[in-house]
Amino acid sequence: MKVRLVDIAHARSGDKGDTANVGVIALRPEWFSVIADALTLERVAAHFAGVVEGGVERFELPNLNALNFLLHGALDGGGTLSLKTDAQGKVFSTAMLRMVLDVDDARARALGLPAAPS
Amino acid sequence: MSSSAAQNRIVRVASGQGFWGDWLDAPRRQVEGGPVDYLMLDYLAEVTMSILQKQKERDPSMGYARDFIGAMESVLPAVVERGVRVVANAGGVNPIACAQAVLEMARQRGAAGKLQIGVVTGDDLLPRLDELIAGGHPLANMDTGEPLDAVRDRVLSANAYIGSVPIVEALARGANVVVTGRSTDTALTMAPLRHEFGWAADDWDRLAAGIIAGHIIECGAQCSGGNCLYDWRNIPDLANVGYPIVEARADGSFVVTKHPGTGGRINVPSVTEQLVYEMGDPRSYITPDVVADFTSIRLAPDGEDRVRVFGIAGRPATDKLKVSIAYRAGYKAVGSLVYAWPDALEKATLADRVLRERLDVMGLRFDQLLTEFVGVSAAHGPLSVSTGEAPEVQWRIGVRSSDRKAVERFTREIAPLVLNGPPTVTGFAGGRPKVEEIVAYWPALVDKSVVRTKVEIVA
Repeated sequence: MKVRLVDIAHARSGDKGDTANVGVIALRPEWFSVIADALTLERVAAHFAGVVEGGVERFELPNLNALNFLLHGALDGGGTLSLKTDAQGKVFSTAMLRMVLDVDDARARALGLPAAPS
Repeated sequence: MSSSAAQNRIVRVASGQGFWGDWLDAPRRQVEGGPVDYLMLDYLAEVTMSILQKQKERDPSMGYARDFIGAMESVLPAVVERGVRVVANAGGVNPIACAQAVLEMARQRGAAGKLQIGVVTGDDLLPRLDELIAGGHPLANMDTGEPLDAVRDRVLSANAYIGSVPIVEALARGANVVVTGRSTDTALTMAPLRHEFGWAADDWDRLAAGIIAGHIIECGAQCSGGNCLYDWRNIPDLANVGYPIVEARADGSFVVTKHPGTGGRINVPSVTEQLVYEMGDPRSYITPDVVADFTSIRLAPDGEDRVRVFGIAGRPATDKLKVSIAYRAGYKAVGSLVYAWPDALEKATLADRVLRERLDVMGLRFDQLLTEFVGVSAAHGPLSVSTGEAPEVQWRIGVRSSDRKAVERFTREIAPLVLNGPPTVTGFAGGRPKVEEIVAYWPALVDKSVVRTKVEIVA
């Protein structure tokens, strides 16, 4: 089943120099395992291909039902050097939430995940 | 006090400012809306110190966050009559002048002699840079590894991030206002708790708890409903948003809340969003006092607009301090025009092509040109998905160069396009773009042992 990340998680992003951080938080504790399984390092790096020039790092915070990603080289130099509207990475949060996940049908039903509109 | 009474004693630290430029009413609302023991005001962002350094060069009595004087004026009755204590990193590169300006304001308001201001100095490394480099401290860029020598002649300011120790000392010596330079944002909250509860320098778990309390409230309303994505439509009364308050206990547990009758919302999702804000490796949140472990944090609802935070673990601090260095890094300017339906994006794209061709023909040298189409893809770049034809598009182009003249000439090339470029264009009333000198940020580490802080009490 297709599930939109924006329907099962919320997020906040910020900056440290030329690195954007994106924290992704499951909307329900039981949905954390879904985002933890789906949002692999490779998947997130592929999602931001062409946006992030450096590498991606991934951290888990199961205590907060959250994941944290560092997107290096994402801010056109960052801080005052950057010419971008979003020089401080404030809206990378919802850029991440544009992801659409493939979740096994039985698992999606058992967890009550909302299906993406077709 | 019996030991159980001591365990149950609550110390309230209120956040009244999340950055220089935050809501002017917040400090006063925090001290008038209900009981608080401390008011914490955070004024310094990464490049703020360099702006203040430039102001001090023009006028040696400047170089601190001027907003702080107005904030102190607005909370003066609470400080003088009710004993609320204030901790602020408003001192910038001139904490002494900042304290003197506060004392002068107090004198004019008939409160002479009522303030004991603890002034923390020693973070400013600018006068010592050459001595430090010669002494084997390369101050290499933490991101690139380059030694500071590469930009030494362009450095504007250099400040070590200092921790809770000198703030605790100032409070212990009776200060009812503490003014620091570049202390960490989190120390402004942790220091009052450490002072009140007598937490030892190696009580890592409690120190980490104080740091995490600081992290949650250091951005003001960003944990109490502001900029909150979770259920944002239903967050009540943002016009009257309540700034956060930490109610801490001696064991390091605390509740995040806000004054009754204020707007916004504090719940587990709002606090979690702030916890992950600007996070690096969650297991190692490094501060001068302690390394806090964000994977140890437990959150629980504790009634309306109350979240309990507990279980926090910390580890010994490192032997380094982070140094915030600012240096001149060329010039930039950003211009924009608005194109209207029909074919707004196509027209904006043509305007961009025309401008770039003209800049090329003139042979101007830029380190970078960046075009964005606001309304189409400025926020999410190539991840943006079009949902139909845009009714209008803002074409936005920025340039960066070490050559000021090239940037200046660029600023003259936008307006002509209104008459000699693609049609149905507007949005030029703001005039020519401004040339800005770029002050860039250079993060470095230095041995803790070389930074000597000092506390003075002025009254």
